[in-house]
Amino acid sequence: MASRVPRTRARQRSELAANPAVSHGLDRAATMDLYYYMRLTRSLEERLVNLYRQTKVVGGLFRSLGQEADAVGSAYALDRTRGDILSPLIRNLGSMLVQGALPLEILRQYMAKADSPTRGRELNIHYGDLVRGFVGQISHLGDMVPVMAGVTLSFKLRGEKRVGLVYVGDGATSTGAFHEGINFAAVQRCPLVVVVENNGYAYSTPLSMQTAVKELKDKALAYGIPGEQADGNDVLATYEVTRRAVDRARRGEGVTLIELMTYRRKGHAEHDNQSYVPPGEIEQWETANDPIARYTRVLVEEHGFAQAQLDETDARVEREIDAATDEAERSPMPDPLDALVGIYADPPALEPLWYRSGVRSAVSAHERPASWGTHDG
Amino acid sequence: MAEVTYLEAIRQALFEEMERDENVFCLGEDIGRYGGAFKVTDGLLAKFGERRVIDTPISEAAIVGAAAGAAHMGMRPVCEMQFIDFISCAYDMLTNYVATARYRAMLSCPMVVRGPSGGYVRGGPFHSQNPEAAFLHTPGLKIVYPATASDALGLLKSAIRDEDCVLFFEHKYLYRRIKEELPKGDHLVPIGKARIAREGTDLSIITYAATVWKALEAAEQLQKEDGLSVEVLDLRTLLPMDDDAILATVKKTNRVLIVHEDTRTGGVAGEITARISEKAFEWLDAPILRVTAADVPLPYSPPLEDYVLPQTSDIVLAARRLASY
Repeated sequence: MASRVPRTRARQRSELAANPAVSHGLDRAATMDLYYYMRLTRSLEERLVNLYRQTKVVGGLFRSLGQEADAVGSAYALDRTRGDILSPLIRNLGSMLVQGALPLEILRQYMAKADSPTRGRELNIHYGDLVRGFVGQISHLGDMVPVMAGVTLSFKLRGEKRVGLVYVGDGATSTGAFHEGINFAAVQRCPLVVVVENNGYAYSTPLSMQTAVKELKDKALAYGIPGEQADGNDVLATYEVTRRAVDRARRGEGVTLIELMTYRRKGHAEHDNQSYVPPGEIEQWETANDPIARYTRVLVEEHGFAQAQLDETDARVEREIDAATDEAERSPMPDPLDALVGIYADPPALEPLWYRSGVRSAVSAHERPASWGTHDG
Repeated sequence: MAEVTYLEAIRQALFEEMERDENVFCLGEDIGRYGGAFKVTDGLLAKFGERRVIDTPISEAAIVGAAAGAAHMGMRPVCEMQFIDFISCAYDMLTNYVATARYRAMLSCPMVVRGPSGGYVRGGPFHSQNPEAAFLHTPGLKIVYPATASDALGLLKSAIRDEDCVLFFEHKYLYRRIKEELPKGDHLVPIGKARIAREGTDLSIITYAATVWKALEAAEQLQKEDGLSVEVLDLRTLLPMDDDAILATVKKTNRVLIVHEDTRTGGVAGEITARISEKAFEWLDAPILRVTAADVPLPYSPPLEDYVLPQTSDIVLAARRLASY
């Protein structure tokens, strides 16, 4: 457990890495599950990069390269059989996959297809399913903290032994919504786990320009709740620290703030050239602290898995993504008139504006700009 | 049967709906043990307990956000803004999260955000606002603003049962000033339907909330002094707007005055004017006129506030100009 965490990112990494988790209590199938979801996350994002370059992804592309362990390990600590719910952020594809999100859904979302979970209304991984236990995020950072305070308040009011988990990044801890939401949940003793993924940057802004606190877990003090920190690139450590918080919440002991130390190896989105990153920093994390490489070593050296078993999982992941890609490519684009459906329960749809009466589309071709204007093509 | 105030009617709606449906619960600042700044929620805690009447931190964004989360899970939260002026602190949560949830994520938000609104009470810039226009252009929200006690009862009950988020504006000037006998039984007023508050044939005043009463006063005076027959249409719901009722009164009287207490530029009156001009221009015998607040933050001192807000005399003056056009 990382109770005494060093001040610098480099020291923190080396010390935490030297203390492999031993008490996670996961069986062999579960330890392999973690590997599968991390590999699925990375490979699915790599496939999305290919599709992005082929202009088949319509909007921006967001990667979680190097953060797969924190997303997968923390989500895995929830109990899907008891109806636990999480709210992912933009680097939490892995968390959603653990909850049952399908590669096919993700691909259709990015490709803006009619049969995507949001029917082409929302981008990327912005979607949810309460049955499987994840709530669709919005772009306004911190806003999901009050919302998940309310989701978990409903668990408390109804006496259900369910737990909620909300992800925020280091940047979102600066927002008012984060503060209001975590304070509200703490006062109400909602069964909520707040995971702060500290990946070093909010878009281009480093943590030192985001906050004057040294460690984000210390913010827990201000809310009267436990604050813990763990190595976010160690999937088992991430699982353990989250599991402790989930158990506390389920016992009725309220909110925990967890800071997971990780690193964002790609830019904010695919177009971001990361010009603000000091030379060598990304390469250092890639070679010395890749979460999948680290976990592969753990599985082979400590758990006795054969490399062939991991290769088999890799092959299964590729097959699944290939099949999902083929299917997503065959999916139709939305019918323009579906844009008017479902703003309210009643009325179920709006009438077309008079100048669109009988008109299915007012343009002959749908432009797909190379960017939102954030950079030159 | 005893007469019931506008405020008591709101309280009655909360009691009835909380009794009817255990998923309904209230949250807000000082609403439980204290009974609310205006005592609207007085007695709720004693009857329903602290699980269903929740005193919250001073956190409008968290109140609304938490209500949305609970609403996703099938609860029916009723949020109180201590004064509706503070709804701006939850603007992001309402417009970005709540209003879009059904469309972008197939998540319903059956919830109500209610609170004391409006001026004529010497409340100054931050306890007198009418922020309805700030939400009028947000698809996904509904906006209700009753003028009578029975409408306050029936519309709040409908709002609590609605499958979407309803902003329920309560006029604090009316809280204890108007009273009436309430209809018996489970009184529901449909959202989206206006009400003819006074029948007339010469000109129409379209209004809502406290200025309904000023319009009725003006109509009475115009009848007596000028022999004018003035129709007063109380919109009751601003979003969705009752276009049918608006067009019907336009086609009946052919002269329209729109009155609201909110400021002028970008106000509800502008939207109504545009709708009439698009759909019933040829029915008009005169330009549409507006009586509204001046475009200033609402001042505190009585001579200042009374100068800024629309008064009965303004409505009479405007109606005479309209009638003589």
